[in-house]
Amino acid sequence: MTAQSTPDKTQGRRRATPRKIAPTILYHALMLLLAATFLLPFYWMAISAFKNNAEIFSNPVTWWPSPVRWENLTALFNREDFPFVRQFMNSVFYAGMVAIGVCLSCSLAAYSFACLRWRGRNVVFAITICALLMPPIVTFLPVYMGWAQLRLTGTYWPLIAPAFLGDAFFIFMLRQFFLGVPRELMDAARLDGASEFRIWWQIVLPQVRVALIIVALFAIVYTWNEFFAPLIYLSNRDDYPLSVGLFSFRSQRSVEWSLSMMGAFLTALPMVLLFLFTQKLFRQGLSSSGLK
Amino acid sequence: MADQPAQFSVAGGPIPPRRRRGAGRKEAWAGVLFAFPWMVSLAVFTVLPLLLTFVLAQSKVQITGQLQWIGLSNYDQVFADPAFWTSAENTFRFAVILVPVKLVLALVLALLLNRATALSGFYRTVFYLPFLMPAVAGSVVFILLLTPDAGPINLILRAAGLDPPDWIRDPNAALWTLIMISLWPLGVETLVFLGGLQNIPKDVSEAAELDSPRRWHKLWWITLPLITPMILFNLVIGIITSFQVFTQALVIGGTTGAPAESTLLYMVVLYRAAFRYFNMGYAAAMATVLFVFVLALTLLIFTTARSWVFYEGDSR
Repeated sequence: MTAQSTPDKTQGRRRATPRKIAPTILYHALMLLLAATFLLPFYWMAISAFKNNAEIFSNPVTWWPSPVRWENLTALFNREDFPFVRQFMNSVFYAGMVAIGVCLSCSLAAYSFACLRWRGRNVVFAITICALLMPPIVTFLPVYMGWAQLRLTGTYWPLIAPAFLGDAFFIFMLRQFFLGVPRELMDAARLDGASEFRIWWQIVLPQVRVALIIVALFAIVYTWNEFFAPLIYLSNRDDYPLSVGLFSFRSQRSVEWSLSMMGAFLTALPMVLLFLFTQKLFRQGLSSSGLK
Repeated sequence: MADQPAQFSVAGGPIPPRRRRGAGRKEAWAGVLFAFPWMVSLAVFTVLPLLLTFVLAQSKVQITGQLQWIGLSNYDQVFADPAFWTSAENTFRFAVILVPVKLVLALVLALLLNRATALSGFYRTVFYLPFLMPAVAGSVVFILLLTPDAGPINLILRAAGLDPPDWIRDPNAALWTLIMISLWPLGVETLVFLGGLQNIPKDVSEAAELDSPRRWHKLWWITLPLITPMILFNLVIGIITSFQVFTQALVIGGTTGAPAESTLLYMVVLYRAAFRYFNMGYAAAMATVLFVFVLALTLLIFTTARSWVFYEGDSR
């Protein structure tokens, strides 16, 4: 979308008259100031991760850690009461499984909603939209009690299993992509006698590969940052994902700021890196989720 | 994909050409089969629990796990509880301030971002980044940023000649701290607005510039009406989510809403009722109150939306 509007504007920039330079400088000054404001928490988290407690609360404020305390890193990895590596792996497992689950289940459902005609389809899709807008807490308590009856609280089952049945948001998002697959492709395959399952697997899915990657990325970020459900379902420190692990470490050791900051830093870092390498896809995902 | 008409339409999908009956029946079977796991999920994780929440709200949960019907006395208990009213008031104030401020800020940012410069990509990335920060990590960082003497925010405010409060420990300031933390991740709202701005046809915006040299005329009469669908979307999502804010409040104020219950939000009271005091009936009653409230609010917005949301090519 941006690319289309770029050429003539850059041309205009090249021919900028002195009269136009002042507003441009002003614009960038303002934007850089805003950018700095938005980045400040990230920056503060990063530098505090490499300070010790006294340096974090030193007055006057120091804007660069000196010395850079790399030992915070090893300290974090060796803490008994904050099994960081273990919780990191839990988060990877949790986010990865949910991503796989929603990609499988939601692509089936979205394909059905977008490309197949069946009686009741629009009703089910309308319910899906309602489910999307419903506050999750309204259904949470009975579901929790159900999992408790099955004695599966304290495991990852309640957190991961539902993803393999589908998720309203990702179905909605994927459906937008499926609507863009040309109908002729599927009809041609049908005339050739391909089964509906084969059409989905061999013809339609390859067409929406990018969409599936986008859904996986969104699912990973959402799950990585998920807090409420793992906080309630899990009860062992060794089972926590990072979001809950960080919270529980902070509530028990609220004075150890440098380790909290190092933990927060290393919790946020993977998602930031993931985003920086794939941001084009993220933006495509946002503009496809029905908001153009 | 870029040229799909994609409003909040419920019915959709391309209408297929007529085909032989047998083929259509096969397709219908496949359709039901493919959507079957999701229909199971809708039944088990959405529709049934929604009904059960209302049952639970009128029950007492026994140690054995059996439910005992006690009518509306959970609601009596909820409405007699000062913590409920405190949290409802806090949450209402939180949402009423957060949602409009966030929307306006996101719109201003989007308008600023809506021009092609060498740094556009960088700016967009920066404004989106906070959304990726786990809420726990973000809130913990804000506690440090807002430390009275050693935090950079108060340093900057003092340099500007202001007298900043003790953001975390002053009961009059703590809710504002929560609002500030929740304002930081506004990247999604901004990108939604930006998408709307970039979809405004060039001829429309050029014609507007010819008609009136004043920029705010164009903003008010052309730009804003054309992005009302995005405003509606952001408003609905913003309201729904802001009444359910939990993580920031728990990190800042714990389960007691410290200081002095000033950060005690609705979800925190619900959480502690269900999972600290194991009073499931009370918590379910609170959940149903939230549900009815949010539902009424959403319906209100959608019905008024008919008069202020403008859909292109729509002659309503």
